[in-house]
Amino acid sequence: MAVTTAASWSVEVVYRGIFQKRLANRISRGVVLGARKDGKVGTAFARYGDSPERNGIPSKNFAVVATDEVELEASLAKYEPENVDVSIVVDDTMCKGIESWAWYGIQPINKLVVPGGALVVTSDKEPDALLEHIKVKPYPYTLVVVPSPVHAGVFAPEGSASFAGLWVDNDDNTDFNCVAAVAKFAPQILTLESVLDIVRERTNESARVAAVQATYEQIKMRAVLPGEGSTVEYEEYTKPGWTQMREGIIVEAMKVGTRNPIYKKWSTRTRRPLVNFDTCIKCTQCWLQCPDECFEVTPEGTYEVVYEACIGCSVCAEVCPVPDCITMVNELSFENNDNLYPQYASDPDAYRELLTRHGIPLHPELIEKAKKTQPVHHQPAAVAGGED
Amino acid sequence: MAIAVRRETAAAPLKPLEGEEELLLTGSEAIAHALRLADVDIVAAYPIRPYDAVMQAVAAMIANGQMDCEYIVAEGEHSQFEIVKHASAVGARSFVGSSGVGWFYAFEAIAVTAGLRLPVVANVGNRALDDPGAFGVEHNDALAVRDLGWLMTWVETGQEAFDSAVIAYKVAEDPRVSLPCAVSTDGAFLTHSQHLVKIPPKRIVDQFLPAYNLGDRLFHPDNPITIAPQVDQDWLTEIRKQNDAAMRRAPEVIREAYREYHQLTGRQKEPFIEEYMTDDADYVFVGQGTIAMPGRVIVRRLREQGHKVGFARLKWFRPFPADEVVQRLSRFKGLGIIDRNYSFGSPNYGGVLFTEFRAAFYDSPRRPIMVDFIAGLGGREVTAENGLEMFQILQAGAAGDLDSNVHWIGVRE
Repeated sequence: MAVTTAASWSVEVVYRGIFQKRLANRISRGVVLGARKDGKVGTAFARYGDSPERNGIPSKNFAVVATDEVELEASLAKYEPENVDVSIVVDDTMCKGIESWAWYGIQPINKLVVPGGALVVTSDKEPDALLEHIKVKPYPYTLVVVPSPVHAGVFAPEGSASFAGLWVDNDDNTDFNCVAAVAKFAPQILTLESVLDIVRERTNESARVAAVQATYEQIKMRAVLPGEGSTVEYEEYTKPGWTQMREGIIVEAMKVGTRNPIYKKWSTRTRRPLVNFDTCIKCTQCWLQCPDECFEVTPEGTYEVVYEACIGCSVCAEVCPVPDCITMVNELSFENNDNLYPQYASDPDAYRELLTRHGIPLHPELIEKAKKTQPVHHQPAAVAGGED
Repeated sequence: MAIAVRRETAAAPLKPLEGEEELLLTGSEAIAHALRLADVDIVAAYPIRPYDAVMQAVAAMIANGQMDCEYIVAEGEHSQFEIVKHASAVGARSFVGSSGVGWFYAFEAIAVTAGLRLPVVANVGNRALDDPGAFGVEHNDALAVRDLGWLMTWVETGQEAFDSAVIAYKVAEDPRVSLPCAVSTDGAFLTHSQHLVKIPPKRIVDQFLPAYNLGDRLFHPDNPITIAPQVDQDWLTEIRKQNDAAMRRAPEVIREAYREYHQLTGRQKEPFIEEYMTDDADYVFVGQGTIAMPGRVIVRRLREQGHKVGFARLKWFRPFPADEVVQRLSRFKGLGIIDRNYSFGSPNYGGVLFTEFRAAFYDSPRRPIMVDFIAGLGGREVTAENGLEMFQILQAGAAGDLDSNVHWIGVRE
């Protein structure tokens, strides 16, 4: 397997800016510093083209470890490795694919993982549950799942997608545990002893060392066979030549009332808003306040979310004046980005069941009042025409 | 000894154009007349000497009802150049200008205007850079943008200032080029000196200069485009290559424009190099802008003494007409490059023109001796005595008797 015979190894950390920037930095540095204790050399760097200051934006850090300086040199002065032996994903909602630059569309989370490499995911879900979202590969690799440091739900709001999601700097050992996962999968890159040495040096707490060692034992390794995983189609892209590009640094913009068919922002999302169409009072607040103009008007004058455009910022849920009318729920509960209003329109009871399944109270006492409210917008002209 | 003194490109049309006027104008006023006849839509202004002579002339024309255009006085050069960049993107024929460190204050806008391929025309009233504060001409202000994708031309007379401003729009706005153009006029000697200038009737300019048309690059709600998005390393090489290709297409577009302008007016036969008394010359001085005036005087004095000397004026600096320079100037024994600029620490510690000329000749089978003269800095006059000194140095260079090929002329020890 490529990972064992190599003289240098590349590791990427896929994280959500800005919340996990420090976490990702600690993991990539931890890989290099741990490997150094095993006599290797290395480099760690953030992907220069990322703008990780944007909330939730998928971003990357890298670590390259080599047996000696000469081997390492081939990996220096690069923006990012062409492929990686280990990819570490610190928010399991990113298993659905990520887009960190607008040019290339959503790409599979395991895109860079080499044959025989590993995809490490921090998650309290079972490997098979994650695999439903991870793109199939034509060759075998290993899915490594790092459990939460204590137990599920501790470090994030109830029902949120990931224990690491919206991680700021909880100092909960997630960084050490991810480095330990690399050691578990590929001790030839760095050993558990080196990881534990680092924990000891950094924290001077034997309880920490014991906690990291205990988590190490719980890390799950799931061999993934060729063809296992999600068969969702991803977008292909080709980079045009200079004779094919428009002159004057110009790209197509959207006509008023249309949405960008290429740049879809949803991979920034860990949670999605669910709308209770029964209790919506058509007050326009979500439609008005959404920073990404995600809402469209339904035939009844209520508002539905266009999930391909939604980044999951939760502003709509915050401005909605009706109790539990817009609620943020775990993104991984959903297979795709289809609008949910058609489901409500064709089978309202099934849709209400979906809300209930996510623990959302239906508030039947609010329905009568909501029905009496008059629509402000009418489908679809009000949206398409703009207001000014 | 009788010497035929004739400007080779100054031949007038057989008869004056109907409706043509002859006016006594500064170079700056001549440019303002060009803007008037070119139907410029917007002028953004911010005062700095010597460029401000143009903005004053334009303001007077608007006040007198002779010209109809938006005239915006910005709060500084950076805004001034941003205004015309944006105006150009939405389809307005735009004019701007500055001098010295004012031009530098606009540098960010200057860089992006070229990057965006917006055909703004700017007048650089050449002026020494601060510090020390000085109004006189040096070319380092305009030259600072030489690598950015601006078309750059230097003019000598009021007539040429008018002609070049009109031609600048023609070349800059040509869809094959679509690059901004800087028309440089030497401070004092041209910006503030009055020459007899023939102003053609508007129909001639209309015939020469089509309406500004950005085509599908027009920034307008009916043509939804995004201009200048953030890109990464996957894209910039291709974008720079597009600028390179545009600049490579420019020489032919310039030739076409001069051909057409010459047919209409009888002026501006030579687009790139204007030669004076070079037919039998052994040695030729080379310079840009108004240096050609004392340059020709020097040539005549030296010819009176029996020396076969000529002068060649370089009219366009970007694109640099390297092929034509080599083809036309390699036949001489020696070239004396007069640099009204400096390039501290450059190869040979010479001026910018010198360095460019040497690069242009590197692959030529015939390479004349080349000597650089740093002269006329800060607007200091270049005299006939300076000319004699330069010629003696150039001769010594041809004889292999020089220990340096760069010489500061008239500098007090």
